[in-house]
Amino acid sequence: MPQEIDINELRELLKKLKVEALENVEIEGDVEVELEFPAGVSNSFSYAIGQELAQIAAHLLNISQFLGYPAWSLAERKELEEGQIPVAQQIPATLVEEEFSVGHITEWKNKIVEVTLGATSSDGGTRKHTITIGGETALPYYFDAPMPNPNRVTLDVFDMPIQLAKTVRVNYEDVMHDPGEWAKKAVKEFGADMITIHLISTDPSIKDTSPAEASKTVEEVLQAVDVPIVIGGSGNPQKDPDVLEKAAEVAEGERCLLASASFNLDYVKIGEVAKKYNHVVLAWTQIDLNSQKELNRKLMKQCGLERDQIIIDPTTAALGYGLDYAYTNMERIRIAGLMGDDELSFPISSGTTNAWGAREAWMVSSPLEDDSDWGPREFRGPLWEIITGLTLALAGCDLFMMMHPTSVQVLKELTNTLFGSVKGNDTEISDWITRLVS
Amino acid sequence: MKVKSPLEVYQLLPKTNCGECGEPTCMAFASKLINRDAKLEDCIPLVKEDEEGYNKLAELLAPEVKEITIGVGERAVKIGGDDVLYRHQLTFFNPTALFYDVWDTMDMDELKERVSEIENFRKFYVGEFLTLDGIAIRSVSGDPEKFKETVKEVVEITDLPLVLCSFDPSVLKAGMEVASDRNPLIYGANKENWKEVLELVMKYDVPVTLCSFGDLNLLKSMAITFRGAGVEKLVLDPGTFPSGEKLRETFHNFLKLRRGAILEGQKEIAYPLMGVPATAWLVYEDELSASYWEAVLASLMIVKYGDILILHGTQPHSLLAEVHIRETIYTDPRTPVQVEAGIREIGEPDENSPVFVTTNFALTYYTVESDLSSNGIDCYLAVVNTDGIGVEAAVAGGQLTAQKIKETLDEFDFSKLSHRTVVIPGLAARVQGELEDLTGLKVFVGPQDSGRIPGWMEKNWPPEK
Repeated sequence: MPQEIDINELRELLKKLKVEALENVEIEGDVEVELEFPAGVSNSFSYAIGQELAQIAAHLLNISQFLGYPAWSLAERKELEEGQIPVAQQIPATLVEEEFSVGHITEWKNKIVEVTLGATSSDGGTRKHTITIGGETALPYYFDAPMPNPNRVTLDVFDMPIQLAKTVRVNYEDVMHDPGEWAKKAVKEFGADMITIHLISTDPSIKDTSPAEASKTVEEVLQAVDVPIVIGGSGNPQKDPDVLEKAAEVAEGERCLLASASFNLDYVKIGEVAKKYNHVVLAWTQIDLNSQKELNRKLMKQCGLERDQIIIDPTTAALGYGLDYAYTNMERIRIAGLMGDDELSFPISSGTTNAWGAREAWMVSSPLEDDSDWGPREFRGPLWEIITGLTLALAGCDLFMMMHPTSVQVLKELTNTLFGSVKGNDTEISDWITRLVS
Repeated sequence: MKVKSPLEVYQLLPKTNCGECGEPTCMAFASKLINRDAKLEDCIPLVKEDEEGYNKLAELLAPEVKEITIGVGERAVKIGGDDVLYRHQLTFFNPTALFYDVWDTMDMDELKERVSEIENFRKFYVGEFLTLDGIAIRSVSGDPEKFKETVKEVVEITDLPLVLCSFDPSVLKAGMEVASDRNPLIYGANKENWKEVLELVMKYDVPVTLCSFGDLNLLKSMAITFRGAGVEKLVLDPGTFPSGEKLRETFHNFLKLRRGAILEGQKEIAYPLMGVPATAWLVYEDELSASYWEAVLASLMIVKYGDILILHGTQPHSLLAEVHIRETIYTDPRTPVQVEAGIREIGEPDENSPVFVTTNFALTYYTVESDLSSNGIDCYLAVVNTDGIGVEAAVAGGQLTAQKIKETLDEFDFSKLSHRTVVIPGLAARVQGELEDLTGLKVFVGPQDSGRIPGWMEKNWPPEK
């Protein structure tokens, strides 16, 4: 709609626009001009200064040109030169309509190795199905590329009753004396994709179970469940290579994950055993990217492992106890792998169970008087495991070694949702301010 | 990300090495500026004599994501201001601000109690307390007068920064009448109300959240429109869908906005991002599930680019997880992992005081140190160099061995003590025998967590002779 405009107001407005050259233009009397944009006023210009103001400016341009002043070229040059958006204290009549878009990351050219665990009868094993992890060409759940395989969870089983945080223990109390039953419960009731059997009784300072005896437990677990398994030692660097050797032998053909090879023990032996009996090795280092590269390299070169026989464990520190280092280390490893470092482009595993070492996870209450109430530990523990796991999931972790059934359930739900396999649940949020009452 | 090198900055500095900034050379000052360890204003000659250079540098050094302040005074909180997509590339600045909600249908006692709970929450961590940042006041009644009353009450009882939440401009206006001097964040402008909200924030010059749930085109359009009207203190809320495919989309929207801002220099959307994990409470009926999922959403958004969150649950387990994950992501990765090894004195130890052993991993050390000092335990603390690895991992990895402990204890003069004993961490129990053999000391195995040292002391100290 045409408006009447006081020319002095226009001059004031133009001063704000810093079109100083026009200040000398003298106009007297009231002037009425039809509201019409001169050809060539770009949309971005009118948006930039606010539509109403653009209209006013258009008026004045008309007037100035009418009076013989080459005003239009001034305004145009101003726009091109500075590219800055003039600020106007006016409410625009309409929204500036713009589209948003963003590109993909072009540096991620490399694919993380796909590693398959477990073997079915067609491949000489007895597992009902196999599990494949890795294969990413982008950071997890990013829009740059679909993630080929979902995250997986393996639940811990021990070959003897051990001390566990109470919140965890109550879930396993009935099966702690029987690793086979323990494994069954973890798969059937708690949704474990895999089982990790920890042969901790082999530790000389615990029971010193012989490798031959311990391997019977491995057979027991393989018979109790038909999911792929992880075989772990006791953490004793002198004995673990022998324990894993014997276990690998009895599990030949099942393509288990042997946990783990590290610089702390005879990794060459573990690598060779994996090669001989066709298993996968978990390469464990302690939050040190370069050391992880070196171990991976040695497992390939010294032991002759194929690339799809390596999963890495760059160490998981619990929330509040170094998770920042673990997270960033993992994220750097994954980004390096995606950008082409083939000594780091392996699927990643996390000992998420370490979250239970945090006092916030297991202590009845805070040892410090000045802390606010910590609430019941039954609620804290599982959440600690969940948050530790999800943080590392965002860094690129593929496989999670876990303990608490609630943690497993929530972490799986979240990672599957981000992965894209959870459909529906379209919650209306537009009225959250009022709908959320108490 | 802008290309920033110290050299580029150095070129614009006076290059006189005058030292007024406290640095020996202009080059050293340039490096500090790049790392944001120094302020441009510290270069007095630049500020006084070279306006052009100052302006150029200020623009060069400005963070990619706009920094915005909410609130006033000591408790004011800054959000945004980031320059990188991954923390290892520099560090993330301005920890995600955690705002917890109250609403205008609460009765006054309930309101006071909740505000005090939010204000007083604290969790000790590495020498300091983790706390919450602010209060989000929701208009549930839709009644401007009722909202005004609630805001007024909150303003009276707390100095915490505020977010005023309503999509009804008349409600927001009523709230602003009593909170205008508190620089609150307005929440929020949307497709329907943006003109009135824009008018309101122009009048009061306060920050405002632009809301466009699931539509980034509209979000960008609103941001350009507001910026065009001279309003620059913007926060963007692309919508927090709490579950299913829309949650995946929500995650992508956060990634896209931040990538656009930092990697592609899209100034139009380079503002702090807001998440509303409180929406978890719209999906899950039981309190435990809702509080878990709220903490999960919060963590997701703290890890990936949320600058301010509005939360609903104040269950202690959620609060603990939320403040810790925030600390995790925003801890400066340039901070050393290790403390110096050697023997420390805690309190005022004498000849009857115990000698505890720990590692030089900073987190372990500070935890043990605070457990000892806050419980008034006078003792010696032998800090073993484990390459900055915690006790359990260092025992497993061979960095905490009997030999390493012995080397640290060799520095200590046991003759000044009335006993020849040492206490090792419970998680290092396996080195006990070997350590006794190597040192001839009596080695006690302490608790697995240093928080239990006071209880352990009651039972085991002083040792029987």
